[in-house]
Amino acid sequence: MGADSLLDIDGLGKAYGNNLVLDDFTLSVGHGEFVTLLGPSGCGKTTLLRLVAGFETPDRGRITLDGADLIPLPPEKRQVNTVFQSYALFPHMTVFENVAFGLRLKGVAGDELGRRVATVLGDVRMDGFAQRYPHQLSGGQQQRVAVARAVVNRPRVLLLDEPLSALDARLRREMQGELKRLQRDLDMTFILVTHDQEEALSMSDRVVVMEGGRIAQSGTPREVYEEPSSLYVARFIGDINLFPGTVRDRLDEKHLRLDIFGQTVVAETRRPFLPGQAINLLLRPEDLRLGEGAAKVAPSFGGSIVERSYRGSTLDTTIRLDDGPVLKACEFFDEDDPDFDYRVGERVQVSWVKGWEVVLADGE
Amino acid sequence: MKGLRLLFFCGVFCYLYLPIVILVGNAFNLNRYGLRWDGFTGKWFVAMWNNPGLMEAARHSLVIAFAAASLATAIGALAAIAFTRYRFPGRRLLQGTMMTLMMAPDIILAIALLVLFVALGIALGFWSLLLAHITFCLPFAVVTIAARLEGFDPHLLDAARDLGASEGRLLWRVVLPLLRPALISSWLLSFTLSLDDVIVSSFVTGPAYDVLPLKIFSMVKVGVKPEVNALATIMVGLSLILVILSQLFHKEKNTP
Repeated sequence: MGADSLLDIDGLGKAYGNNLVLDDFTLSVGHGEFVTLLGPSGCGKTTLLRLVAGFETPDRGRITLDGADLIPLPPEKRQVNTVFQSYALFPHMTVFENVAFGLRLKGVAGDELGRRVATVLGDVRMDGFAQRYPHQLSGGQQQRVAVARAVVNRPRVLLLDEPLSALDARLRREMQGELKRLQRDLDMTFILVTHDQEEALSMSDRVVVMEGGRIAQSGTPREVYEEPSSLYVARFIGDINLFPGTVRDRLDEKHLRLDIFGQTVVAETRRPFLPGQAINLLLRPEDLRLGEGAAKVAPSFGGSIVERSYRGSTLDTTIRLDDGPVLKACEFFDEDDPDFDYRVGERVQVSWVKGWEVVLADGE
Repeated sequence: MKGLRLLFFCGVFCYLYLPIVILVGNAFNLNRYGLRWDGFTGKWFVAMWNNPGLMEAARHSLVIAFAAASLATAIGALAAIAFTRYRFPGRRLLQGTMMTLMMAPDIILAIALLVLFVALGIALGFWSLLLAHITFCLPFAVVTIAARLEGFDPHLLDAARDLGASEGRLLWRVVLPLLRPALISSWLLSFTLSLDDVIVSSFVTGPAYDVLPLKIFSMVKVGVKPEVNALATIMVGLSLILVILSQLFHKEKNTP
């Protein structure tokens, strides 16, 4: 528990019958931090949010806000607000009344009420919609109102439960930027739950990847993407290519010598491995380099193109290596070479940018 | 083809509404027995007004219907909220018995209530009648209100609490306003059910508290009296107004 941490979750456990949803979950969130809980459905991320909001009671563990125990408090007494996946706007109230709901309950009235509601509607760019009813708004507008209704209460922590999942792809990207901007402007702590890795990477200060009610890895978006601690995390965040092999020996503190498909490969890692240990060398599609240039770099593996697909700014290819594995590569178009393309069946040499590889123990 | 359709249309309407038209016509017919049209009169309405027994029964019926509808809707709302919001032992059983009550023939309910009132020593009259009417209105009230509750996003209640609403505020500021259309439907339905009930009422009320359907029933045993036609005309008018009102509320619900 850091000195500047705001929300501390310590050893939290929750089970529904025999189904253990959260298991010894510990997390500290600092003031002004944007933390994303990322995981597949059923990993316990929504349950964690409901425990913090107060809709559920944990079986074990502690939740403290500013050092004060939250667990005995009912939801209406916690300085925490939630943006629900379904938005849950009150259908019988106008946008103004929806946003004013929490303030009225706190005894805010008159000019101050009107001013604060107007300010927050401006913050979410919904000025001019105050007298509309929720059913007269589009999905994106409802989303903005739901955020406004929560942040107007100036919660210490704002919880967002898959807030963008009901929006289409373009609107979702737009709202990602808006939420991030709002969080910075308000200097508020956000905890967002999502199963969308792109959302997690683009918005958060910290990504917490969850697996079966536990933390699989917690780190900055760059750390979890570039240095995944396990295959689970690597698979969940982005596409991966795996080269199975064994450890030969350690060269120095930073480098390891591996045997992969009969070739000797030097890989960078600081993690401890034993000679003879089975490993997987992990490479992202954008780490791979194809073509004749690759042949000059060691190591390189021969293979042929199985499929190519044009993506506008990138060319995505699927390659079957002579040694077996099927790889996915993603290359940016080079402006000097407008004819850059592959034919299906074309022979290529596959290599990668040195130092971008990640070594993971097999089964990890 | 178009003419055929029109004919069919008129046939259905006549089938449905001709009896009512004849009844309303006879209420203004000078001929006492309604055998032929002898000219227009309003004297049956005067006769009705001057028939103290009939007027008293009408008053009783309205009082019972109003009270039964209000109480059944209030109890029904609480029951529906309990059924949908809370999980408690016996919830399914209780919900099941509500359905049974709705399906059971009126005559069975009537006899059962009579036996109960006699066993408990409750005098047959206003109170026994009111309790009986609440009983048969209640399941309809619960079903109407529960249907609306089940249509809610359950997160609405979580959201209200999250924003600082205590249980009481939640009920008054969120649940009841959202239930308003269902409460109105439930009340109107219960009011109608109570107003035209014959079977249960005939068993559980005493001679001191006559209600309209029973009074009319006894009056027509010796031939239809024209003042009954007049009263029925007023009731048809009243139902029409209620139907129009409920439609207006329904419209309002769709465009809040």
